[in-house]
Amino acid sequence: MPTTAPALGDVTASDSTLRRFLHGLPGVDTVGLEARAASLGTRSIKTTAKAYAIDLAISMVDLTTLEGADTPGKVRALGAKAVHPDPTDRTTPSTAAVCVYPDMVATAKDAVAGSGVKVASVATAFPAGRAALDVKLADVRDAVAAGADEIDMVIDRGAFLAGKYMKVYDEITAVKEACGTSARLKVIFETGELSTYDNIRRASWLGMLAGADFIKTSTGKVAVNATPANTLLMLEAVRDFRAQTGVQVGVKPAGGIRTTKDAIKFLVLVNETAGADWLDNHWFRFGASSLLNDLLMQRQKLATGRYSGPDYVTVD
Amino acid sequence: MSEKTDKTEQQRLSVFKTYKLYVGGKFPRSESGRVYEVTDSKGKWLANAPLSSRKDARDAVVAARKAFGGWSGATAYNRGQILYRVAEMLEGRRDQFVREVADAEGLSKSKAAAVVDAAIDRWVWYAGWTDKIAQVVGGGNPVAGPFFNLSTPEPTGVVTVLAPQESSFLGLVSVIAPVIATGNTVVVIASEKSPLPALSLGEVLATSDLPGGVVNVLSGKTAEIAAPLAAHQDVNAIDLAGADDVLAKELEIAAADNLKRVVRPQAVDYSRTPGIERLTAFLETKTVWHPTGALGASGSSY
Repeated sequence: MPTTAPALGDVTASDSTLRRFLHGLPGVDTVGLEARAASLGTRSIKTTAKAYAIDLAISMVDLTTLEGADTPGKVRALGAKAVHPDPTDRTTPSTAAVCVYPDMVATAKDAVAGSGVKVASVATAFPAGRAALDVKLADVRDAVAAGADEIDMVIDRGAFLAGKYMKVYDEITAVKEACGTSARLKVIFETGELSTYDNIRRASWLGMLAGADFIKTSTGKVAVNATPANTLLMLEAVRDFRAQTGVQVGVKPAGGIRTTKDAIKFLVLVNETAGADWLDNHWFRFGASSLLNDLLMQRQKLATGRYSGPDYVTVD
Repeated sequence: MSEKTDKTEQQRLSVFKTYKLYVGGKFPRSESGRVYEVTDSKGKWLANAPLSSRKDARDAVVAARKAFGGWSGATAYNRGQILYRVAEMLEGRRDQFVREVADAEGLSKSKAAAVVDAAIDRWVWYAGWTDKIAQVVGGGNPVAGPFFNLSTPEPTGVVTVLAPQESSFLGLVSVIAPVIATGNTVVVIASEKSPLPALSLGEVLATSDLPGGVVNVLSGKTAEIAAPLAAHQDVNAIDLAGADDVLAKELEIAAADNLKRVVRPQAVDYSRTPGIERLTAFLETKTVWHPTGALGASGSSY
């Protein structure tokens, strides 16, 4: 990592300085990264540690529904589930947030009112991000006005891949401004479309320089979503960014995490890479929907000693 | 395996078979990595078989649940065709099963052959029942109103079967064929002492159009694997054919928690024609009322 901390203020001064900085980031050792992610995935987490990890993971879930067929009823049901994931066991923690499209924010806000569960909204022409900046900003303002606590924006991958880093940077800062002080901003890179680990590292730094509160792997709408390797890479980025600037940024892997075992592997990555400071739902989230049911079934198994089944958790 | 040491074969190295579980259409080793020694009736080593753990049982239930929708939704005729195909495949590997049954149960070649033939015939017999059971146990009920009232048998769901301990092949076929004939999916725990015919049956099922997960074969200590399955909330029924009295009682108590259907162990002579008790044991009756249509001026819709 670059060690010239004060210089960070200047890197966004112009397109060329930004490019020089991003391309000056050390290249990623692909084999080493994947081996490290795989070896951390072999840890055996049992009994009390497992119980702790399951409750922590539940509290980190951004319970998500992003379908064209979302109805107000479905969003209300999701909100109820976020507040009390397992109604038969009130010791189950609530999830961190529900994540919906902007037009469902008001409905979701009603559904989780008074519970401490946040409402996150995707915005900026999610999931493609192919719209004019004005349209994207209007999308964000709309969601914020409806009461969204968190905005999940997508970056313009086309501009990023074409090397127009400043355009991406300006867009993120504009969206950050539109979020105001009330909403935290999560920036989605769609890592599955960025092709290389080097690009993921560059995108992570670009997002953090532009003021992201969270960096998020993916939309869940493409073939490759969150993987242990790309999440590990982003965790290294937030760790180094805090070391250099003192600013802590959160990480949210999204899409493709379906089992408790997977979720626990990600928590091991967090603990071993970024550190225990990130083991909190203010700094780490899972973007998921089916994961929660598996976490609940595992929780029931630990509590009762017998295997549970999908008949004992809500269908969503 | 009883390797023949003919003079002609003496130059060859023996090719030992690795017996593996059959779960979800695949052949995994036990998740635990454990195996145990299987011996013939005289105590001579035959092979190592996987010693399944509760996690193998859990995975098998997941596979069986996944397969249930497709299998129970297949037409009865189609299920019959597939089960007949299984019998065809069994016929093709008859010699292997004769050898395994002879080793496992200490029978002469000719007695073992008779047992295997009976098992194949039984499989065919159950294949024929798939599209006939509904006529026998379902039907139209007379009701006092302008309704059709129809009862149809529906499969129970995921069934755990403890295969008979003594009859390692004919007994096994006699307990799993009726369960899947009616559209259930099954997790079967092979005979603890002689699991090899059951594990070989998995290889037959894998090559006979039967969708993966409809039958899942586990080997190991019956009591160890059966306990988590009896308590499993996603298992709908359990057949205790291979349990002794003490184990059966324990399992029945565990099974009561989510109201599983339980078939208690009973003395069965598997060489005799079975009747349809095992077919109907894992069926539930669905009754549907349907209006016959608007009443005409005469007070009848006919």
